[in-house]
Amino acid sequence: MANKPDPDAKIELRGVHKRFGPKVVLDGIDLTVPRGESLVVIGGSGTGKSVMIKSVLGIVKPEKGEIFVDGRNVLEMDQSAREDTLRKFGMLFQGAALFDSLPVWENVAFGLIQGRRMKRKEAKEIAIDKLSKVGLGADVGELYPAELSGGMQKRVGLARAIAADPEIIFFDEPTTGLDPIMADVINELIVDSVKELGATTLSITHDMASARKIADKVAMIHKGKIIWAGSVEEVDNSGNDYVDQFIHGRAEGPIQMEVLKP
Amino acid sequence: MNFLAVIGRVVIATLAEIGKLSRFTWAAVSHVLRPPFFLRMTLQQMMQIGYFSLPVVALTAFFTGGVLALQIHYGSNEFNSEALVATVVALGITRELGPVMGALMVAGRVSAAIAAELGTMRVTEQIDALTTLSTNPYKYLVVPRIAAAVITLPILVFIADIVGIMGGYMVSTASLDFNAGVYLKNTINYIHDNGISSGLIKAAVFGFIIALMGCFHGFNSKGGAQGVGRATTNAVVSASILILAANYVMTSLLFAK
Repeated sequence: MANKPDPDAKIELRGVHKRFGPKVVLDGIDLTVPRGESLVVIGGSGTGKSVMIKSVLGIVKPEKGEIFVDGRNVLEMDQSAREDTLRKFGMLFQGAALFDSLPVWENVAFGLIQGRRMKRKEAKEIAIDKLSKVGLGADVGELYPAELSGGMQKRVGLARAIAADPEIIFFDEPTTGLDPIMADVINELIVDSVKELGATTLSITHDMASARKIADKVAMIHKGKIIWAGSVEEVDNSGNDYVDQFIHGRAEGPIQMEVLKP
Repeated sequence: MNFLAVIGRVVIATLAEIGKLSRFTWAAVSHVLRPPFFLRMTLQQMMQIGYFSLPVVALTAFFTGGVLALQIHYGSNEFNSEALVATVVALGITRELGPVMGALMVAGRVSAAIAAELGTMRVTEQIDALTTLSTNPYKYLVVPRIAAAVITLPILVFIADIVGIMGGYMVSTASLDFNAGVYLKNTINYIHDNGISSGLIKAAVFGFIIALMGCFHGFNSKGGAQGVGRATTNAVVSASILILAANYVMTSLLFAK
């Protein structure tokens, strides 16, 4: 295997392994996210999608493999270099993961105030601007996350993810738990805000409508391995039985769910 | 055969837990001295942990002092009771009961609250979110709580000492008909600096244990509402046991002749 990282890649994973006890979650992931593009990783529940993203962020530590961000291996970095690298990232969590002890605007401004030591007043102005980008008024900024609907929480999460103008944004199941219309609203907001920032994005989802909308490239993960990768146009003619089964949502096929039949 | 396997499993699980706790403690302590510091969070936690624990700690100390006075009075004979009650209450409260009872009450209140809050933050990915917002969760969540508890517990215990002695005094003068002046004189004669300061040192250690156990179990909770509930229970139980064990060790060290 070539040792030099791919110069066109913003993020590159090579042979990443992770297990929890006896359970192998990532079984040698190889994945490249090209600079400025949007890669969507599809795959069923429990196939290692979230763990893969958390490995890049350093929340989960893989046993083996290399993860390059801008050509530097994040797994070999010391604490402060890692923290500098993390400044390039923004992330939208599956459940939005808003801090429920803080009002909405402070959630959005959090990375600016705590992470970058910006003045609260200045950060609040940016936060309100970002909230307007996701279609929320300044009055919403004064509410607490518990007072918002699921769709609004997701939008606040998106505003928080883009608040510090990140170079890389991760989306963890951005449309899960939303009605189809709100899901589409979120998809459009993601496409728009990513375009505006010129960011590189890595998303994980099992929602094909969402994947088709936000992806330039698609990769499929199954049992801790990337089993197919290609452009979003190719996904319908992948010639891969696993991908076919997944995008058409069929119970029959090479992917067997661990369900006991009566 | 099976029996040995069970023993082995328990030993391995215990050692793994101790290892995890040691690493967590080291991570927490190593962040205490390294900037950035979250002063705002620390002050907020001092209010939560210290100020709002005042009523429960004061009430506990008051009744402990009162009941101590009654028991010593019943247990001693008429002639030396008046001298004995004041001195034993003063020594008992400042050396042992003030710090230990106070810390146990705060453990019930604060360890549980910390574990529940951080546990919920863990299962809803809020702790992961901190990392993605360039904020170290140890610095932002753990250090302020530990610092606040270590600072406020000695203050709480000092207040508990005063209130506890007052409880003994009020019971003695009101229901046992002791002479107030003599009682106070005996109290002051027998409070040694050593007694009070050892109690305050203990309180700081107990504060560390309380916050550490809350944070540790909260950080490591998993599996939704049930997991958070388990974390809360474990935090209170482990904090209480560690407080009692640490108290024994510290008494034997601080009062060694």
